[in-house]
Amino acid sequence: MTGISLIIKRELQTFFGTWMGYIIAAATLIIDGLLFNAFAVGNTPRYSAEVLANFFYFSSGVTMVASLFLAIRLIAEEKQTGTIVLFFTSPLSERQLVYGKFLSAFIFLTVIHLLSLYMPILILLNGKISLGHLVSGYLALSLIGGATLAMSLFCSTIASNNLIAGISAATLLVVMLVLWIVAKVVEQPFSELFLFLAIHNDHFTSFARGLVHSKHIIYYLSVMVFFLECTVRILQARRWQG
Amino acid sequence: MIEVQALSKYYGNHVAVSSVDFVIERGEIVGLLGLNGAGKSTVLKILGAFLVPSSGVATVAGFSVEDQPHKVRSAIGFLPDSPPLYKEMTVSSYLRFIVGLKKGRLSRQELANHIDEALTRTNLNEQRDRPLGELSHGFAQRVGIAQAIIHKPPVLILDEPINGLDPVQIVEMRDLILSFRDQHTVILSSHILSEITRTCDRIMIIDDGKLVAQGREQDLAQSHSQTVSIVAEVEQEASNLCRSIDKLASVTSVNQQQTSSKTFQITIEATSDIRPQFAKLAVHYRLLSLRKESVGLESLFMKLVAGNE
Repeated sequence: MTGISLIIKRELQTFFGTWMGYIIAAATLIIDGLLFNAFAVGNTPRYSAEVLANFFYFSSGVTMVASLFLAIRLIAEEKQTGTIVLFFTSPLSERQLVYGKFLSAFIFLTVIHLLSLYMPILILLNGKISLGHLVSGYLALSLIGGATLAMSLFCSTIASNNLIAGISAATLLVVMLVLWIVAKVVEQPFSELFLFLAIHNDHFTSFARGLVHSKHIIYYLSVMVFFLECTVRILQARRWQG
Repeated sequence: MIEVQALSKYYGNHVAVSSVDFVIERGEIVGLLGLNGAGKSTVLKILGAFLVPSSGVATVAGFSVEDQPHKVRSAIGFLPDSPPLYKEMTVSSYLRFIVGLKKGRLSRQELANHIDEALTRTNLNEQRDRPLGELSHGFAQRVGIAQAIIHKPPVLILDEPINGLDPVQIVEMRDLILSFRDQHTVILSSHILSEITRTCDRIMIIDDGKLVAQGREQDLAQSHSQTVSIVAEVEQEASNLCRSIDKLASVTSVNQQQTSSKTFQITIEATSDIRPQFAKLAVHYRLLSLRKESVGLESLFMKLVAGNE
């Protein structure tokens, strides 16, 4: 656990100690605010619950992009600068490294989400929303953000630099997003499989409307664990490949 | 302290290291010498439990690099060919992070002691609050050394520690490495021949993945040289003497110096002894000096390595 906390501490120092973290946070909050004002609130009268559901819907896209930017550098940059050697020659396991990196980005993402709370509070002040709806929406943002972080961290590990990591993570994310469209044009059982695998459509929308289903939570947690464990295996295999 | 038996490493079909054997005793400073791409870094990475060998056995401080990599990593300090630094961190915060990685949770006092000692040993006390990104290459290399020694490992693995340093920094780095003798066993790689001879107790020459020679510089020169050169100086003009010596059976050549006809170089077969005959021939020329030319590491290295080029 000491190893993981050490990695988290160092990564958080990087997020908060360099411009990179502030730029990602600022960009996320600005775009979130614009989308909230332009689309979630809009010009026509709406129920508060609908505004909140729209806010979570648009915020999910911004969260995924922010997660991608937060995670792509986590391992690829260490490889690019040669600092990965520090971990490979210290008594720290690959799993500690991967989970430490993931949790640091997840904590930073949570801070960004906390800073976006002013928007739901504005709805609360001007309308009527349930606390359950709010918790459900932020739970969904955290889950979809965590899944994207895990996928991007995986791409960061297989790539040799940040650019390739970014391109491969974006490709993987788009594939996971559009699987629900693909599901419409293929036969059973693939349509059902693709619909289940799609990261956003089926799994996210119920959360945004305030409904929490354990099957969706399990889906997102499974995506996280799957990609994190794949990342661990890739790092372990590196010792054999050179 | 380090034992390697029949160690090989393949990258696909490419043989990076082929059946290498060596032993390094506690407290030794051993240099791994070879051309770029000869396999030096691969050997060091295997010893650092960074890579797993394709075949063979390597143990460091009694632990197998293949089966006990975490124990090996606790027992080593590793400096790669370029120092692994986070440019945004200060020297002391970087070392605090490294000691945490290597030693786990420590008390505040223990942490401070480790950092202070590493900074003192590497003469970096005045740089402790500077960001790593602002340091010169020489200081950055010292920080690299500091991160390798901070947890007081019994074994230090240094890959090209003098790479890119200016002459003053090279001398400082040499003194620093020599100061490790009492506390660490050191294996370092380099392709700078003069530095290897000045810093190391023993040399291992690696070429094309194979260990082609190992031992002390003098022993290597002796065992790999087929001829010996002797330089003699006499009081009188020595042309006749040179001709007489040249006629001796085991003499391969005699060359008078162009600047002085009284000084000449005799090259003989390494296994022969011409002292009785030489003494007899030189008796009327009043011998002033007689010295054996040492075979330099450079010529030995060229002989061992260039032959395979």
